[in-house]
Amino acid sequence: MRLLAFLLLLSPVSVFAEERRSGYEFMSRETRAMQDDDAANPGMFWVLDGEGLFKPCAGCHSVEGMKGVAARYPARDAKSGRPMNLEQRINACRTDRMREKPFAYESRELLSLTAFIAKQSRGMPIEVRKSDAGEALYRQRQGQLNLSCAQCHDERWDRKLAGTPVAQGHPTGYPIYRLEWQGLGSLQRRLRNCLSGMRAELYPFGAPELVELEQYLMWRARGMNIESPGVRP
Amino acid sequence: MSRRAIVTVPKRAKRGEVIEVKTLAQHAMETGYRRTQLGAAIPRDIIRTFVCSYNGEEVFRMELHPAIAANPLIAFSLVASESGTLEFRWSGDNGYAVTETARITVV
Repeated sequence: MRLLAFLLLLSPVSVFAEERRSGYEFMSRETRAMQDDDAANPGMFWVLDGEGLFKPCAGCHSVEGMKGVAARYPARDAKSGRPMNLEQRINACRTDRMREKPFAYESRELLSLTAFIAKQSRGMPIEVRKSDAGEALYRQRQGQLNLSCAQCHDERWDRKLAGTPVAQGHPTGYPIYRLEWQGLGSLQRRLRNCLSGMRAELYPFGAPELVELEQYLMWRARGMNIESPGVRP
Repeated sequence: MSRRAIVTVPKRAKRGEVIEVKTLAQHAMETGYRRTQLGAAIPRDIIRTFVCSYNGEEVFRMELHPAIAANPLIAFSLVASESGTLEFRWSGDNGYAVTETARITVV
C-alpha cells in the first residue's frame, strides 16, 4: 500500500521553493487551533514539567538566558568538533558540569526539559550553520524504496501521501506533540519515522548522522520562526 | 507522571451570557488493548469520569472510554448565571483524581 502511495506521487511539481512553509500551514484548522492556544496544546504539559526540571540548572542559567538557544541548535561542539543537538547539549551539561547521569533519549525528562527550553525561543528566527554531511544524507537515496528526503520534501511537497499533504520538512516546532504519537517526541524520532517509511535502516537515537541531518534541516529552515511546542497530525 | 490540568474560563461575563469552558487534562489514556514488544498486555489506565460543578451544582458530566485520545481536551458551554466558583473533577483508573477550580465574576 505504501509503495503504491509513493508511486502515486507523480512527477515533480516544483523545485524547492522561494516559498517556504512550516508544517503548520499544511494542517487542518482544528489542529492549528490546538497549537495556537496554550490552554489546548498538550505539549504545554511537557513544558510545565520542564519548568520544574530546569530548577537545578538555575545555578548557572536563567530562564531569560534560554531565549534563542533552541533557534541556534544543532551547533558544533567546540570540544568534539561534532554537531550537537539541544538534547545532547542538555545531557552534556548534566554529565560534564553537574556530574549527573544523562537522561535517556525520548525520556519524559529529556523531552520536558527540551520543550521548556525550546519554548523560550518561540517566535524567534532559526539561525543555524549549514551541515554539508547533513545535506549529503538528505539527498542520498536509501532504503528498500530507494528514496531520498529531497524527493518528497523538496520536489513533491503539498502532494498527498496516504491522504495527507507532504510538508516541506522544516523542523520549526520540535519537540512536537504529534497526535499520531499521542505524546511529545523529538526531531530524531520523526526522522526515524521517515526512515522506517522508506524502509531504510534506522540510525540509533543520538547517531551523528541524525544530528548532521537535523543541522541541515534547521539551516534549510533558517529565518523561519520557532513554534515549539508544535502540534502536528 | 505528573497530574496536571489546565482550565480556561472567562474571568468576567455578563449575566445570562453563554461562555465557553475549556479543559485539558494530562493523562496517557492507555486503552488496555495494547501489548508491549514482548507481548505482555498493558493494563487499561484511563480517566473514567469528568464532572463540572458551578457553585456546588453539577452542570456538566462526561463518561470517558478507551477510544478517547491521550490528554483529552473537553470544551463545553455554560450560561453564566452568578458569580462564584467552577469546580472540575477528573477521576479514573488506579486512583486517578484531579480537581481544579476557577473563579468567575458575573456582572
